[in-house]
Amino acid sequence: MIRLIPRVENSTAMVLLSPLLALTLTALSAYLIFVFILVDIPVSSVFFTLFVEPLIDSYYFSELLVKAAPLMIIGLGLSIGFRAGIWNIGAEGQFVMGGIAGSAVGLYFYNVEAFWLLPLMTIAGILGGMFYAGIAAFLRIKYQVNEILVTLMLTYVAVLFLSAMLQGPLRNPSGFNFPESRIFHDSAMLPIIWEGTRLHIGLIVAIILSLVAWFGIKKHMFGMQIKISGSAPRAAKFAGFDDNKTVWYSLLISGGLAGLAGLFEAAGPAGQLTPGLPQFYGFTAIIVAFLARLHPVGVLFSALLIALSYVGGENVQIEYNLPSSITQIFQGMLLFYFLACDILIKYKVVLFKTKN
Amino acid sequence: MKYQLEVSNITKSYGDLKANDNVSLRIKDSSIHALLGENGAGKSTLVKIIYGSLSPDSGEMKWANNEYSPKSPFQARENGIAMVFQHFSLFESLTVEENIILGLDSVGLNDNFSEQIIKYSKQYGLDINPQQVVGDLSVGARQRVEIIRCLMQNPKLLIMDEPTSVLTPQEVSDLFVTLKKLAADGCAILYISHKLEEVREICSEATILRDGKLVQSCIPQEHSQKELAEMMIGKKLTELARANIAVGESIFSIDNLSRKSDDIYGVNLDNIALKINKGSIVGIAGVAGNGQDELMELLIGEISSPKTTLNFNGQDIGTLNSHERRQLSMFFVPEERLGHGAVPDMSLDENMLLSRPDSTEMTSNDVIDWKKVATHSKNVIDTFDVQTPSSRMLAKSLSGGNLQKFMVGRELIQNPELLIVAQPTWGVDAGSANNIHQALIELANKGSAILIISQDLDEILSLCDKIHVLSEGKLSDAVDMKSKGLEKISQLMVGGKTQ
Repeated sequence: MIRLIPRVENSTAMVLLSPLLALTLTALSAYLIFVFILVDIPVSSVFFTLFVEPLIDSYYFSELLVKAAPLMIIGLGLSIGFRAGIWNIGAEGQFVMGGIAGSAVGLYFYNVEAFWLLPLMTIAGILGGMFYAGIAAFLRIKYQVNEILVTLMLTYVAVLFLSAMLQGPLRNPSGFNFPESRIFHDSAMLPIIWEGTRLHIGLIVAIILSLVAWFGIKKHMFGMQIKISGSAPRAAKFAGFDDNKTVWYSLLISGGLAGLAGLFEAAGPAGQLTPGLPQFYGFTAIIVAFLARLHPVGVLFSALLIALSYVGGENVQIEYNLPSSITQIFQGMLLFYFLACDILIKYKVVLFKTKN
Repeated sequence: MKYQLEVSNITKSYGDLKANDNVSLRIKDSSIHALLGENGAGKSTLVKIIYGSLSPDSGEMKWANNEYSPKSPFQARENGIAMVFQHFSLFESLTVEENIILGLDSVGLNDNFSEQIIKYSKQYGLDINPQQVVGDLSVGARQRVEIIRCLMQNPKLLIMDEPTSVLTPQEVSDLFVTLKKLAADGCAILYISHKLEEVREICSEATILRDGKLVQSCIPQEHSQKELAEMMIGKKLTELARANIAVGESIFSIDNLSRKSDDIYGVNLDNIALKINKGSIVGIAGVAGNGQDELMELLIGEISSPKTTLNFNGQDIGTLNSHERRQLSMFFVPEERLGHGAVPDMSLDENMLLSRPDSTEMTSNDVIDWKKVATHSKNVIDTFDVQTPSSRMLAKSLSGGNLQKFMVGRELIQNPELLIVAQPTWGVDAGSANNIHQALIELANKGSAILIISQDLDEILSLCDKIHVLSEGKLSDAVDMKSKGLEKISQLMVGGKTQ
């Protein structure tokens, strides 16, 4: 018989080992799946394309970072809100709204070349995301409406709003009626930090933001406030924290960061507003936040891991004609094993013989 | 002599910790047997072994002279062992009858439960109406429901875990009548308690545990309360000494404070008024669920009060939050430890920050100085003898008594001008309770004011200079203790008129 026995203290060794164990199990399961589904293709070469090539080929590696940047930024915001027990699962919608708001500013000043344009678009992007998440905060505080439902449902509204905008006011007047905006002016585009690739300044912003968040959570009462509110709401009142403020902060921060990521996506790799702006980053970032155990610096690494699965998944699609669901299977297994292995931090496995 | 249950040389370890170390216990037929011990002495472990929810590492048990090793509580119940837990497991929205049916292992369709309930209720003086909804019942009545539920299984041994901790004096004496009758009818009772006076009153034998080991089995009437307590804690108790200082001027007052509860099972507070002077200890007695929680929320500042209702040192504080009130040197210890006064999943260091007036310098401009925090929590741990390997341990890993010492210490170390404390020794063992009482008295002797809200009447009587009673959201005037004080308090507790 196998039994789980609670540990007296959390195991520090397991805090470090459980992610490695989860990775090993994921790789093992992926291997088994490939053995079953692959015909005439050696499993080892699929593995190479999936997990190794994106890391050693400079083009794929840059694409990996391009995809990791928005995941980092959104995941960071979500991890703060999740700590407070505020479940914003509609970052995708806030991402789109941020993209629309920031792009609208860029398109309004279509012919202007100025250093202030990009910062202005960035602020508009953040505000767009904040406004959208703020709706959920307002409804929760004023009418006790569950923020999970509101944020999720508003996501669909945002996607439809995007297509309405692209067929209406934001459509390129000389674009043959395609539902796309004009291409942004150079000064409305993010600076590229790796010449010859699409890697933009968003990555650096993500790293700086993660350090700021780390300080805020570790050294500032704000971190204590969200932590206490998340794990013991009555204790938060006892400590004198205003629980409405916790709701506002959590949703505005996660919404603002999702909006920022949305604008970065439009003003970065895309260079214009298109119906293809939403790419599930908002939902995937939920996995990113949990893989990092809601740690602001951990988010950087988990975003890289998930980005690897995106790039590797695309590569095996192209090279071996494998289905795109490979990426999702991989992400699903990763989260599953991570959460499962984390139980070893609080419990130990004991084998024992049963009597009789 | 016949024994209903014989427990011999039971040992049960958790890792290095021996929760029960070679413990033996024999319960005679039809007797009331006390199991005494501090928190962590191994009482719960032993009871869980008897009730089949734990199996011992070694040792054996005999039930009416036969081998007995239950694999589950279900088997224990089949043998005739029933248990009333300290925390009731009743559904508030269901009726008494429905709750009793739900608790039974096997139910026959034709059984007429109402009749059976009424039969037991009459036989043992357990006043209950089967059709009443449990949510409307007092704590004492809920306990009666639990007892009847046990009696439906015709037990030969009834285990009662701290049964009187939430009852009024009247309810306690009613319960004792019931228990004595049960014992006389052939049902042995294992009575777990730390209230020594009660044990001396109704138990014919007592088994005392300390640190998982058997101290001795004795006849409680042959020892004084103090001797029993010292056997339990293994050291001498300090005598409480209240300095007879002149009570100073008024420091805190509540005027005309009313609040409509937003919970349907909550209690509306009605026109509460109270004054506390410097250097005095004021007590609010009363049975749980009469508005204590609602009042405490207002006093802490978790919910703000109307203007002019709360006054501290001449300042209107009704609208200040708890942090702002602490800045003025008001401190609080709420009743609920885990989840209210402390966050279970955070370390003791982090828990220090729940109560962080600027004077501690633990934070400046909301930036945390973790070194200062650790110094402060170390100070609390040392001063109040909190048993923990380090201040980094999670709050939930501490025993109830230790966490209570930490929480009371966290506030006391600030030298509050006013300390408001609810149930300061709830579920705390005799030794720790003694320490906490001592610390409270020392604080008042130094000239601070203390307000104690407690269901433990003995505690209120031994500590307080002035006693009010809270009943159904109304606070009585201070009770004149000179003549028949206890009687008046009893009356007020069950809703008698304010005189």
